[in-house]
Amino acid sequence: MFEFVGALLEPHHFALIICGLIAGAVVGCLPGLTATMALALLVPFTFAMDPTSGLIILGAVYVGAIYGGCISAILIGTPGTPSAIATTFDGYPLTKKGMAEHALVTAAFGSSIGGLIGAFGLLLLSPILVSIALKFGPPEYFWLAVLGLTVIATLSSKSLIKGLIGGTLGLLMGTVGIAPIGGDVRFTFGFTELQAGFDLIVALIGLFCLPEVIEMMERRKVQLRIAEYKKKKGVALAVVKQLLKKPILLIRSAVIGLIVGIIPGAGGNIAGLLSYDIAVKSSKEPEKFGTGIIEGVAASETSNNAEVGGSLVPLLTLGIPGAPPAAVMLGALMIHGLRPGPDLFSVSGDIVYTFMYSLIIANILLFFVGFYGARIFAKLISLPVYALVPFIIFLCVIGSYSIRNNMLDVYAMVGFGIFGYFTKKLGIHPGTIVLGLILGRIAEIGFVQSILLSKAIGSYWAVFIARPISAILIILCAVMLLWPVFAGYFKKEIPTGEGD
Amino acid sequence: MRKELLILVVLVGIGLLIAGCAQQQPKATPTPAPAATPTPTPVTTSVAKYPSKSITYIIPFNPGGQSDIEARRQQPYLEKYLGVPIIITYKPGAGGAVAWAELTRTEPDGYTIYGINIPHIILQPLVKDVGYTTDQIKPVALFQRTPIGLAVPIDSPFNSVEDIIEYAKENPGKITVGGSGTYTGHHITLLQFEKLTGTKFTYVPFTGAAPQMQAILGGQVDAVFANSNDLVKYSGKQIKVLAIATEERFPTLPDVPTFKELGIDLVESIDRGVGVPKNTPDDIVKVLESAFLKITQNPDVRKTMEEEGFVPLSMGSKEAKAYINEKVKVYKEILKEVGALKS
Repeated sequence: MFEFVGALLEPHHFALIICGLIAGAVVGCLPGLTATMALALLVPFTFAMDPTSGLIILGAVYVGAIYGGCISAILIGTPGTPSAIATTFDGYPLTKKGMAEHALVTAAFGSSIGGLIGAFGLLLLSPILVSIALKFGPPEYFWLAVLGLTVIATLSSKSLIKGLIGGTLGLLMGTVGIAPIGGDVRFTFGFTELQAGFDLIVALIGLFCLPEVIEMMERRKVQLRIAEYKKKKGVALAVVKQLLKKPILLIRSAVIGLIVGIIPGAGGNIAGLLSYDIAVKSSKEPEKFGTGIIEGVAASETSNNAEVGGSLVPLLTLGIPGAPPAAVMLGALMIHGLRPGPDLFSVSGDIVYTFMYSLIIANILLFFVGFYGARIFAKLISLPVYALVPFIIFLCVIGSYSIRNNMLDVYAMVGFGIFGYFTKKLGIHPGTIVLGLILGRIAEIGFVQSILLSKAIGSYWAVFIARPISAILIILCAVMLLWPVFAGYFKKEIPTGEGD
Repeated sequence: MRKELLILVVLVGIGLLIAGCAQQQPKATPTPAPAATPTPTPVTTSVAKYPSKSITYIIPFNPGGQSDIEARRQQPYLEKYLGVPIIITYKPGAGGAVAWAELTRTEPDGYTIYGINIPHIILQPLVKDVGYTTDQIKPVALFQRTPIGLAVPIDSPFNSVEDIIEYAKENPGKITVGGSGTYTGHHITLLQFEKLTGTKFTYVPFTGAAPQMQAILGGQVDAVFANSNDLVKYSGKQIKVLAIATEERFPTLPDVPTFKELGIDLVESIDRGVGVPKNTPDDIVKVLESAFLKITQNPDVRKTMEEEGFVPLSMGSKEAKAYINEKVKVYKEILKEVGALKS
């Protein structure tokens, strides 16, 4: 398989990778414009290319877009793509402290490392990884969602009740629309557009971005800018040195991302949140998380970029896309005459291996793109509030409209924004609401399907508990929930991540 | 200060550019393949004015799906035959219902056309209030068919349809059958199969073809009713296709018997095409119809479609309408029997 390395060394492929990374990062950093959309926009351009070049640029855009989501997460506290939700927790506080460049360089380095581990996982471990993906049945999805919900405890340090209220609100919002199983229409109040439910990205923009913008306006008299950006020398080197001292954090986050990525239907958002949660719980100073430390940014960004490689595992080995952007890749592969599935490696091995090597190179180049980009982007926050606010609102409106070309999504975004402003004042972390919204649907589908399977088999025990991965997930849930007790026992002090 | 203003202007400009692209989505990008030189088809003489501007082709699903792949394949040909740009836009949600509800409110001028799927547009309004009815959609053409087949994992003890029927008769409800969605093409096929063979299964709905195939490959369900293109991909490697619901044997899977051969009168498929609001003038529908039919008669297009596991269709507007009406009757009866028909 190494004979294909040579093919990649053509100079125009490098140019394609760099263009793809930059284009992806630009689209990814705009809230509402996702990696999926970036790829869908690009697919027609690849018609004119040979399949190898087409795939290389698509791969680079995918990597770039998932990275790009961190830019808005760090600078304005709004995840540019759902993958970057957990990046806001520490990224934005860093910006407020005037350390935007630290956060951006961390994100670039973390993404690069995570992406590399993900790409190597794809290259070397696909056959093993895919067997894990296939073992994931309805009960496993249910327990994975439950595990994800335990992250609420980390996000609600000040008050667990408030966190649970947020999570429940999110779960309730997730029930709007046609039931994923059974097809009943729920809580649409006669609006046919609502049958499709609330889109996650609409909720993200509303809940994260608008409250922040309103607060910026409230503070405008005292604080004309979010933070001052001062050009400092040697930031990047210092950050990289600091991160290299935490190899376990980086590797653990990447492995979480890779594993979540290979499970079709569980995306970078869950990867980032889980990895952040575990980083908080295993830290010696968990109280520092959320106040703006680079470890928080690294945990999230390393994990969500490792997810890219992971999500391509089921796509290339089975023809089943692991994430929405991978679904667009599937379409692109087919248009180029490749048939993702069991035969892909034997029939089109040359193209596939070249593609995998290009992903590795893309992730190395990503660091440099992110590194130089950080300086440019960090200057953005020097804009005064009166210039920044209209610009952000403008992006919010466009972003929420363009997801499904539906005006109702824009109204929903404004609704979420006003709602989010008040819940934030009440001390409910927007992350908890979003977590409920993401995981409610996965839990519901898994639960109802498992019930159906149990009835056919005649045993709830056999379906819900007596399966190896289910059992592991249940144990993990228990550990996560009881963690404060364990930690308290060892440290006499209950560790809490700073929620806000 | 002036510098900041300049930065802002540039940023807003970029934003506007992106907004333009986002609303029209992956569209006016230079398309390769057949050169897009305006060559009006002979039919256009009767309605000299149509089409005179770009046509929006709405996909009611996410990018990357079967409807998207087919539309992308057609796009360069449509631009050549109709002589105007074709803009592909996605409007996913509620299994297509959001887009089809919008179809009924759109201007009937032929400049916005919608991908339609059968049986989706028949079953959805029969089961619940989805904001449109089947007769509000005028089909322009049906061009792609995926017959539905029954498959089991490769290591399954079942080797034929008879095996499954025999086991199901002794153990009603014990066999789990996966499909995509509730009261959809796969579900209705199972309901008909149960009725025709006097058996009972447990239907487990999944949220799409991808999770459904993932479930059968991982052995989470005992069997699936699935689309031919998905079956072709895994047949003989990870799954055994036991039978296919076509009139005659499916050329891409020549060893698989039809249900009809086995004495079960089951013929079901998912058919894809395009539709417009019902009061769109016939002249306009004809222009579109001839363009779409010309594409499915192209030997290159047919060949790739067959390789991918699709059956190319060339059903015009009138024929499609009659086909839909026929299906409405059949489905109404089945849904009534299971108590799912909307009152």
